[in-house]
This record gives sequence, structure tokens and C-alpha cells, in this order.
Amino acid sequence: MEGVQLNMISKDRLDRMASMEKIRMILEEVKSGRIVVLETGLTPEEEAKLIEVTMLEIDHENFVGIEVESYPQKSRGFFERLFGKTKGRLTVIGPANRLKTLDKKEDLITALVQLGEG
Amino acid sequence: MGLIVRIRKRFSFLFKWFFKKDRMKIGIYGPPNAGKTTLANRILRDWTGDVMGAVSNIPHETRRARLREGVKIEVDGKSVVLDIVDTPGLATKIDFHEFMKFNLSEEEAKRRAKEATEGVIEAIKWLDDLDGVLLVMDATEDPFTQINVTIVGNIEARGLPLLIVANKIDLPNASPARLKAAFPQHPVVPASALKGLNIDSLYKSIAERFG
Repeated sequence: MEGVQLNMISKDRLDRMASMEKIRMILEEVKSGRIVVLETGLTPEEEAKLIEVTMLEIDHENFVGIEVESYPQKSRGFFERLFGKTKGRLTVIGPANRLKTLDKKEDLITALVQLGEG
Repeated sequence: MGLIVRIRKRFSFLFKWFFKKDRMKIGIYGPPNAGKTTLANRILRDWTGDVMGAVSNIPHETRRARLREGVKIEVDGKSVVLDIVDTPGLATKIDFHEFMKFNLSEEEAKRRAKEATEGVIEAIKWLDDLDGVLLVMDATEDPFTQINVTIVGNIEARGLPLLIVANKIDLPNASPARLKAAFPQHPVVPASALKGLNIDSLYKSIAERFG
């Protein structure tokens, strides 16, 4: 059967991984043409690191970057800002030539996954 | 992330609040073509008579961060001295084919793409050395882009003061209200950096937010 492979990573598995481990795993999957779904997403710092490492990996021929779909962080109160841990939200990451955002709202993301090479 | 680093980042905004500097280093951030350099040029032209850099409709025109120190903004008796960093546009993908649509040769497009990737990395690195951020968003576009979400998340995580500029309000389909609704926890100032619309109100907000 032809299609695009989706790897859905659970919160438990993500919690066991270090930040750089998550980023390397995501990029390896995405560079192989797979879509990665993260149950709890990444922290903002991890998202920035993912973008940074992606830029280093772009080769301008086979890999031109990633498409990331996630919801904005929920606004937090003063004490939550001080003591709470930033939690990521459901996130979908794929190769930029396969995953395309069609529409993004606060509570609904519509994306298109292309089967062949984009 | 190490516990000490996390605690330092978590409480950094408190330290910044108690030991406020008399000079703030402000980064101008946003996706490509949001009007960051146009805004930097507008601020510099109005307060120093100078400009920051070239602008064009080809994405990633700014591929190196530029720093301009000691820009004094005075509004209604309130003044603030800023070191302004105009950063390259942030993106999650850079495809040289996109540049070829603007009649660049393949060689030029590839060179631009390579420099653009380096620029994105540089912009992210600057986040750790700033005291505040002016986030420029295109008011004609969907505010929930991944780049906007990631930048806002990173600024919040670092506890930096943020002012969102809903730019390009001179265009007919601009909707600053959509931006305000998308990021209600942060101040949003509608403006047109190109035409200078509502620019005095923006300067007032800059002086209040970063002063």
C-alpha cells in the first residue's frame, strides 16, 4: 500500500527523552519522509532548537526544511510562570515538501499531506 | 536543560524588573517579509536620521543581524534609549526555488538560501542576549503561523517584555483585530512602518513597554 508513514510518539516516550534526543529523532524521521506526531509537543526552547538544527541540515537539494503544526501555548498566570513547567501541545512535524498548512486557527489546524515527492 | 539554567531563565524577568537597565537591547523579530527592516529604518530615520538596511519584496533580504546602538526615543516626556537589533526573518523551511520566482539565477538563489539558513540561526542565538522584543507580524496574514507561535512561546519562556506590531495596516485586507484576538496576553499596536501610519502611537508604546 502506498502512503505516508505517520509516527505517533506518546507523552511517556517523549518524557524519557532529552531535548537533543527528541530533536535528532524528529529530524531523522522527517528527513526520511515520515510525519511525526508528538502527543505533548515540544517546549518553546526545543522548538527554537529544532528550527536551528533544521537550518543546519538543509542541503538545498533533498531537504529544504520542515513544516510544524502546533497550537499556541495557553496563557499562564503569574505563579504558573514562576514555578510551572512549560508544557507543549499536540504537534505534527513533517518534511516541508510533503506537509502543507492550509489553515490555522487557535483551536483547529488544517493541513495537507502529499503522497508523492512535492 | 539543567536545573540552574532553568531557574535562571524562569526568574530572569524578575531580575530584569528589579535591576532595570538604563539602556535596553531590543530585537526586531518576525517571519520573512513582515516588514522588520522597514520598521527598523522608520525608527532610525525618525530618531537618528539614519537607516538600518536595504528592503525588498524578495524574502530573506536581511540575512545578517544588524545592531544599532543608542537610539533615543522620547514621547510625552518619557524617554528610552535602545540598542536595536534587526534580525533576519525566521522560517522553518528555505527552498531556493522560491527565490528563483523573483528572477534570481539558480546560483544566486542557492547562495541566498544558504545565507538565509545562517541568518535564521543567528536570529535564534540573539534571543539569549536581549532585554525585549518587538515582534513584527503582517496584519494581512493569518496570525497563527508556526513562526509567530514559536517566537511568542520563546519570548514568554525567557520572560522578556514583548510588543507586537500589527504591520501593513495601510493594506486594504489588514486586520489588526485578528492579531489582537490571537495574542490577547500581549500588547498589539497597529501600524504601517512603510507609510508611517499610527507610528506615534507605536513610539509611545515602545517608550512605555521598554522604558
